[in-house]
Amino acid sequence: MNLERLRQLQPYLWTLPRTSGKERAEVLLYGSAPLLVTMDDKVLEQIANVASLPGLVGAAMTMPDAHWGYGFPIGGVAAFDAEQGGVISAGGVGFDISCGIRCLRSNLDLEDAAGHFPELGDALFRVIPAGVGEEGEIKLNPEQLDQVMHGGAHWAVQQGYGTAADLDYIEEHGQVAGAIPGNVSELAKKRQRGEMGTLGSGNHYLEVQVVDRIFDPAAALAFGLHEGQILISIHCGSRGLGHQIGTDYLVLLAKAANRLGIHLPDRELACAPVKSPEGQRYIGAMNAAVNCALANRQILTHLTRSVFMGVYPQAVLETLFDVSHNTCKVETHQIDGESRLLHVHRKGATRAFGPGHPLLPERYRQVGQPVVIGGSMGTGSYILVGTSENPAFASSSHGAGRAMSRHQALARWKGRALVDELAQQGILIHTRSMRGVAEEAPGAYKDVDLVAEATEEAGLARRVAFLRPKVCIKG
Amino acid sequence: MPETSFYFEHDADIGIIGRGNTPEQAFETAARAVFGIVTPLDKVQPYTSVKIEFEESDYELALVTWLNLLLGKARELGMVFSRFHVQRRENLWSAEARGEKWREGLERGVEVKGATLTMLSVKQTGAMWEARCIVDV
Repeated sequence: MNLERLRQLQPYLWTLPRTSGKERAEVLLYGSAPLLVTMDDKVLEQIANVASLPGLVGAAMTMPDAHWGYGFPIGGVAAFDAEQGGVISAGGVGFDISCGIRCLRSNLDLEDAAGHFPELGDALFRVIPAGVGEEGEIKLNPEQLDQVMHGGAHWAVQQGYGTAADLDYIEEHGQVAGAIPGNVSELAKKRQRGEMGTLGSGNHYLEVQVVDRIFDPAAALAFGLHEGQILISIHCGSRGLGHQIGTDYLVLLAKAANRLGIHLPDRELACAPVKSPEGQRYIGAMNAAVNCALANRQILTHLTRSVFMGVYPQAVLETLFDVSHNTCKVETHQIDGESRLLHVHRKGATRAFGPGHPLLPERYRQVGQPVVIGGSMGTGSYILVGTSENPAFASSSHGAGRAMSRHQALARWKGRALVDELAQQGILIHTRSMRGVAEEAPGAYKDVDLVAEATEEAGLARRVAFLRPKVCIKG
Repeated sequence: MPETSFYFEHDADIGIIGRGNTPEQAFETAARAVFGIVTPLDKVQPYTSVKIEFEESDYELALVTWLNLLLGKARELGMVFSRFHVQRRENLWSAEARGEKWREGLERGVEVKGATLTMLSVKQTGAMWEARCIVDV
């Protein structure tokens, strides 16, 4: 990205000045100069397009891990007011609706666990369906799938996957309201039939990690974290159901926008006013996919526990937090001293409520919400905490963010060689797709340390702990 | 995987290109580009035929609809496709995809979640038609 096009407002905040002739709201980019220069100019183009959508409140924003996406940039945040013609955008949520990370903390330390990592990795790889074409053991009939779409993680717990204690530490308490399975196509439901409890492919993973460094002892204490502790992160979403809902509504909303006279600079921004029939239909279907994703991560949590218990009979895995990063949530925010109900789109961005937020579980209410920045399989991940001063509709970075295309990564790395190289570093990779490993090479991502530092310096969230990968089941 | 000229650069996902003498042929090669991401197509046996029909007057929306219907069918049936035949009569598109169910021996590539409207175009350049878009992986 050419920084000459930007104006720096603060050390970690930039804006794209408006040019005459193009009416749009403000664009704000959070991040450091070294991160922004690695971003494609398309990020600017895409977030400027978002800023031209009707009913936008404040600014269209990008997080420090932003990269070029489809429609919205990945790492894009935009809030809309339904009372002012604000829109809901399928492109602003993405195909993998409610993709997110479930983080589990264990009672195991590295010194107790490390000797069994090879056995643990083999067992996880056997039990967790991962990669393209893999199905799970759970096959749902249409009635059961409707229950999933209504019940989310609650449904999964009722079926014996995990415990009620997990629900306290999942966004929306594990079940979002307003899901309408009737708005979901038959094809979407058929696609999901064999995909409950599956990880998926691409950048999805299940990773066993060790807490390598604590930055904020007080927040770490509240989160139950200490150095040397084993954690598990599960990154996946709503699988085929969400993908098909995204597909179905993309064209429908693009046509609705055209009919309603909404100018779309990029058709992928496909949207309709929140209050329109098309907007309401999408919201009902999207919430059904959110519940599906929450149920999916709950099932994977249960499967992970069963594997850990088999390898480490003393293991206890508790849900630290479960947070989605491809969503549109209805939230109350203070705008110029006024409480307003907004539809906050986070496409590759994580919700990050600060201390005292009423939606946080009691355990975290004093300190703030756990936020996860998932890194690449070779570098590491961060746990952060939401801050009171967050200026971006309580949003934060969600990952390291890609620094190069998949095609470039494929040309530079070979999957087998990467797996061997990471094993030399003590990181065990299990995968069915060597192509996937090459595309997801650690070097294809931005420096996660820079992203986490910029996230903190921009006031989006504060670093609590750094996690190093030890075993990775790659989708 | 088909030759690299069927792909173009994108940061997070993958740009696919289909080319042919007609829009229908361009759609067929676009489908090969998509499924070439999922698995090497030369190993996929065309045992099973699946019919797909849809109505769309806009060529660009037709491309996205075609690719997404294929992806949906593949996931519904647990299959991967390697051969495609597309026909069009005015706004009615009818097609056949041939392939097989996933089995040991089929190399796992990367799952394609859907075809997007980003960088979407279907256009004629000289004698050739070219269809392209970004697919989400």
